[in-house]
Amino acid sequence: MDLPVLLFASWAEALGASTVTVTLPADPTVRDVLAAVQARVAGRALPRPLVAVNHRYAKPDAPVRAGDEVALIPPVAGG
Amino acid sequence: MRTAIVDHPLDPTALLAEVASTASGASTLFVGTVRRVNDGKDVTGIDYSAYGPMAEREMAAVAAEAAERFGTDRIVVEHRVGTLGLGEASIVIAVSHARRGAAMEAQRYLIEEIKRRVPVWKREHYADGTREWVDPTGAVGAPAEAS
Repeated sequence: MDLPVLLFASWAEALGASTVTVTLPADPTVRDVLAAVQARVAGRALPRPLVAVNHRYAKPDAPVRAGDEVALIPPVAGG
Repeated sequence: MRTAIVDHPLDPTALLAEVASTASGASTLFVGTVRRVNDGKDVTGIDYSAYGPMAEREMAAVAAEAAERFGTDRIVVEHRVGTLGLGEASIVIAVSHARRGAAMEAQRYLIEEIKRRVPVWKREHYADGTREWVDPTGAVGAPAEAS
């Protein structure tokens, strides 16, 4: 399954894009999304991200389905 | 109760007026502003950016939690995005409550949870011309586990 992943802040800057499309194995999870995006930035030191699925933080073993809005969330710094 | 991500200068007085009520014995106003020195570096400004729909959802969730915990729905929060200069307000939180203790506790809860959870990022500009993404965790490397 090919899935677009939204990128922000340092991760968007490192990849030079606000979205990256990754190819995932069957029955993919959040962990697979992270691994696929991390493969694109191999060797570069970036802050650890969380993943959001449909605007909610998701755990590594949460499933990801076609049509989900998936985003990499670098450490937040609001306020 | 109202929360919003906005791209214009914030007006703390207007937000304070928005939560005011004759049923309230206390109103609190928190204003977060751009500081000149961070981590020993001379800051000249900050770019704030957000994952809009999620930031709006998460701020609304934090406000609903505060309302439930502290017993007031007279809560207004605005977080600004865009490029801010020194001293400009990045966030304003206004809370009104029958009692001052609960108003202050709700205020504290709101700012701490917003800083911890709402997907907003800042890139500081320094006097030497460099720019850097601010990472409060300081953690680099393997992905973190979601809490």
